[in-house]
Amino acid sequence: MAKRKDFEILNHTADVGIIAYGADMSQAFANAARGLFSLITELDDVKEVLHRDAELTATDEESLLVEWLNELIYQFDTEGIIFKRFDIIQLDNTRLKARGYGEKVDKSRHKIKMGVKAATYHMLKVDKGKGGRVQVLFDI
Amino acid sequence: MSVPWQGILKKIDDYRWEIPTSYKAGMAVPGLIFASEAMLTHILEENAFQQVANVAFLPGIVGHSLAMPDIHWGYGFPIGGVAATRIKDGVVSPGGVGFDINCGVRLVRTNLTEGEVRPKIGQLVNELFLRIPSGVGSEGKIRVSEKELSEVMVRGSRWAVEKGYGDAGDVIVTEESGAMRGANPDKVSAKAKKRGIPQLGTLGSGNHFLEVQVVDELYDRDAAKAMGIDDLGQVLVLIHTGSRGFGHQVCTDYVELLGQAVKKYTISLPDRQLACAPVNSPEGEDYLAAMACAANYAWTNRQCILHWVRESFAKVFGKSQQELGMRQIYDVAHNIAKIEEYTVNGGKERLCVHRKGATRAFPAAHPDVPAVYRSLGQPVLIPGDMGRFSYVAVGTEVAMKETFGSTCHGAGRLQSRSAAKRSLRGSDVARALAERGIIVKAESMASLAEEASEAYKDVSEVVEVTHNAGISRRVARARPMGVVKG
Repeated sequence: MAKRKDFEILNHTADVGIIAYGADMSQAFANAARGLFSLITELDDVKEVLHRDAELTATDEESLLVEWLNELIYQFDTEGIIFKRFDIIQLDNTRLKARGYGEKVDKSRHKIKMGVKAATYHMLKVDKGKGGRVQVLFDI
Repeated sequence: MSVPWQGILKKIDDYRWEIPTSYKAGMAVPGLIFASEAMLTHILEENAFQQVANVAFLPGIVGHSLAMPDIHWGYGFPIGGVAATRIKDGVVSPGGVGFDINCGVRLVRTNLTEGEVRPKIGQLVNELFLRIPSGVGSEGKIRVSEKELSEVMVRGSRWAVEKGYGDAGDVIVTEESGAMRGANPDKVSAKAKKRGIPQLGTLGSGNHFLEVQVVDELYDRDAAKAMGIDDLGQVLVLIHTGSRGFGHQVCTDYVELLGQAVKKYTISLPDRQLACAPVNSPEGEDYLAAMACAANYAWTNRQCILHWVRESFAKVFGKSQQELGMRQIYDVAHNIAKIEEYTVNGGKERLCVHRKGATRAFPAAHPDVPAVYRSLGQPVLIPGDMGRFSYVAVGTEVAMKETFGSTCHGAGRLQSRSAAKRSLRGSDVARALAERGIIVKAESMASLAEEASEAYKDVSEVVEVTHNAGISRRVARARPMGVVKG
């Protein structure tokens, strides 16, 4: 079977979304987060020089995904960290532990394509059938 | 001939289209879209009817779930949406305000004419670009402590004026006098404060801009004159920005918190982004207190930027600010929730009015309109895209009766950002604008393509609808000559 894409960009009039795929839900989550940072800059230009851990609890997987992505947006906005790779250490219905690898923005090497204000619940989907598929819309 | 919206919408008149409650089970009130017939196909195609209908589910909603003619598909609420809910049994929804709390516009007059500015427009745009931080992750020149940030949250524009940014006259002609009451910094998370501290005094990115404009049409000379717009060819400056990462985080935090409240108060919603809580509940009150902090941050932000705009003009034209006559005309919020009083079923009632991509449009004699404009109505500022026009209008009695004192806020997007980028290159957009005498400087060329005229509805058509429907009255039109984008 041909290798399918890790994620796709979802077009929306004012905003932009990501549909991410994975062999399992953990991989789909990681790909959604990579998709988010691919909107911000070219990930090929980003090195893995630091990492940050996130640990979240929420009422369901939809909330976990939105809260985690918003945590990553917060880290980008306050510390300028661009993440390019993620390890999902634990993911169940109410709990997520993840580690993100990347580096701080260096404007001489990183072209910033857009700012992302937040991940939203609008059109949010976490689909467990056939591995993992998630869909999330960002306000940009 | 069959039209796609037939059987969905009920035509009230040429500018009013109702979505009956039968459209979707669960609507508490009908929807009402202000639009021309020509605009409806696009509105339908992008599913915005659905969003207007979803807002009509909100408990305690009064009148109609309203859509202004610049409506486009948002998340939860449509952009260009207005919803008023009863205080006693209604809800407040952070999604009805949006992430960029008190995104808004501020208009400034000058004594300069196009003839005086034209030879120096390149220099002026460069100076504005250098002096006012813009772009993704831009950090301001102002460094506030957490204690000072708390003052910004409570005192808004006045804090900035006391620090030397602008003057007291600016505050008088700012919605809410630049400081909404009820702000409580204790209701704002540490995360929001951390995002807010370095970003105060920055323009940001996306659709935010600074524009040097020329008055090119006067529809009501007396009203224009009262605002300091004396003649065609006069130069104005428009500032469009909001509460930056501070407001984004406040919204993010409260969408989570009110998501829990939806379960606690057993509210049934068709979209999780409509998360809400009763206005009269600890969760609802906390959101409004935090939202007011973000609104005040945004007014402070625009106040500081105005100061640097004046400094830039003084430097480029070698004139004092007095000689330049750079008086603020007005400042309006277009993403906000307010407690306001309206006549409902013959009686006075206090309502929570959500404006998401909509402008307050209070009529003459309304007590919240500054004395200088009370005989005229509140100035309404409607920015268009960078290649076309912006409008100045005033609020009306019709708006008070039909739209909870609201009108449109801009052009409204037509094309997605990626579609705009696929079809246009930023450098080509800049060149095409330069050929028409519009000088643009942007932190990111990609953002230029996203914000090209082609990506937007024609603001003139939007304003024609609001004018003809009577929910605001046209006063003047200006076209851009210099643009700074994030």
